[in-house]
Amino acid sequence: MTDFCGLSLSGPVLNGSGTFDAIAAQRTFGDALWDAFPFDAFVTKTITVLPRQGNPPPRLWETPAGLINSIGLPNKGLEGFLEGDLPQLRRLPVPLVVSVMGYGPDELAALVRGVAPRDEVEALELNVSCPNVASGLIMGSDPAETARAVEAVRPVTDKPVIVKLTPNATDPAGVAAAAESAGADAVSLVNTLKGMALHPRTREPWLGGGAGGVSGPAIRAVALEQVHAVAGRVGIPVVGMGGITSGAHARDFLDAGATVVAVGTESFRDPAAGSRIADELRVILRQERGFSGVTAVPIDPR
Amino acid sequence: MSGARTLAPFGRRLAEVTAVERIGAYALLCALDADGPADPAPGQFYMVAAAERWGAGADERPFLPRAFSFARAWPRPGGGAALDFLMEDVGPGTERLIALGEGEGLWLTGPLGIGFAEPEHGRPLLVGGGIGVAPLLCWQDRLGRDAEVLVGFRSAQHAEAAGLFAGEPRLATDDGSAGRHGLVTDLLAEELDTDARATVYACGPPAMLEAVRVLCAGRSVPCQLALESGMACGYGACFGCVVPTREGYVRLCVDGPVLAGAALEVVA
Repeated sequence: MTDFCGLSLSGPVLNGSGTFDAIAAQRTFGDALWDAFPFDAFVTKTITVLPRQGNPPPRLWETPAGLINSIGLPNKGLEGFLEGDLPQLRRLPVPLVVSVMGYGPDELAALVRGVAPRDEVEALELNVSCPNVASGLIMGSDPAETARAVEAVRPVTDKPVIVKLTPNATDPAGVAAAAESAGADAVSLVNTLKGMALHPRTREPWLGGGAGGVSGPAIRAVALEQVHAVAGRVGIPVVGMGGITSGAHARDFLDAGATVVAVGTESFRDPAAGSRIADELRVILRQERGFSGVTAVPIDPR
Repeated sequence: MSGARTLAPFGRRLAEVTAVERIGAYALLCALDADGPADPAPGQFYMVAAAERWGAGADERPFLPRAFSFARAWPRPGGGAALDFLMEDVGPGTERLIALGEGEGLWLTGPLGIGFAEPEHGRPLLVGGGIGVAPLLCWQDRLGRDAEVLVGFRSAQHAEAAGLFAGEPRLATDDGSAGRHGLVTDLLAEELDTDARATVYACGPPAMLEAVRVLCAGRSVPCQLALESGMACGYGACFGCVVPTREGYVRLCVDGPVLAGAALEVVA
């Protein structure tokens, strides 16, 4: 068992928000999905107050050992999520974490007010990789903005609040520290790195959204450094992610100070990547340290 | 329109390459999918990647698996299916897959998406352009000899793939080096002018599919279009493969890849 912000998880591997859709996966794989669910907690794709169509295609570009995406947070909106998705997510065999994004602290608070009281929801994740319309600043790139976001939702719920940090900040550890001071229960990082690809023929930006976010093994070293810096700065748990494709990578992130890890892009290549990585990690920890799990429980020598 | 969907086993699994055959300008990758379903629905697709050396090609790619409609599937006595995928060398992914040899490993996830629906009325007309003939091969297998097949290719070398169909498909080429000099949509217009009681099934490049959609809409002929889009996952996780429809964007991998022509304002 892995303790994470008071949630008791059966293991240390989550999914990154926006990299797995349990409802769509059930349509493809059937109810076998619930028996073989690949994560120890499920983080939803980010929801916003109003429905969003997302960005125009093309939305994807393959890079060396990675991917650039410009999806644009398509979602059904708060009402649509509560009425359409949440009832179906009751079938999840693991705790549910809902990711929310608002264009400022008030919107974030409204979202948390709508979502947090629901019994199915065990934690919230704040996606602060968007501008606060009042100030124009990307909330997650500025410690004061991030603190205001957390302060706005903190009085609304007692459930764990995780802040998803952007790597496109000057000082991610400073932002993490501000989130912690404002009452966040955990931080998760990294979100995608800003990137771009050009159309081979027209030489214009390839992605419909212009710039996009880079993920996958291409960014692993960057992510590991940021996780290390953040974990050295805060006392709250850290969810480490960025290019993890194996148990060995997961162990790197744990050794860099993460409490648990998340798998994102690798799930696109292998839908069961989460459980494969958890299995590989378990073997590594058992072999190398004589521990049966991430929380140090010595194996009975008998 | 409600197309068929065979559920996929969860996760990706290893299949074995049994052959890679040259078919003119294309290649037919044949694999034994021992642990997959025996009965994928025509129009469904698989995410495919080489088990070894996937990522050491041009520009350090490929990285993501590649989506292919299956061209043919034969149930195997011991379970699973023998699958054929038709492909053309257009980039680091297809280049690597075509270079595979017998006995090498293939990662498969699938079958994915929703395939073709039964004909609504009239005779089935199958209209394929280039590599887009792939899903029409297994659909012809399923429909039998009632189905009329019309195919268009760039040249005679590409048109060798027409020989994969049973019987004699009607053929057009862009350069006139085989069959009719013209477009497959010219053949379709003739067929519909002769007898418009048909259900059209089409797969090919976007401009061809748009022409098919317009032709069918103008004659009130139902059509089902197998579209293509760049994909990362194939099972609804990434939201990367959306196409615009009258109802907004839909994910081609879980709501398609076969969509009713009537659902589209335009094939972009």
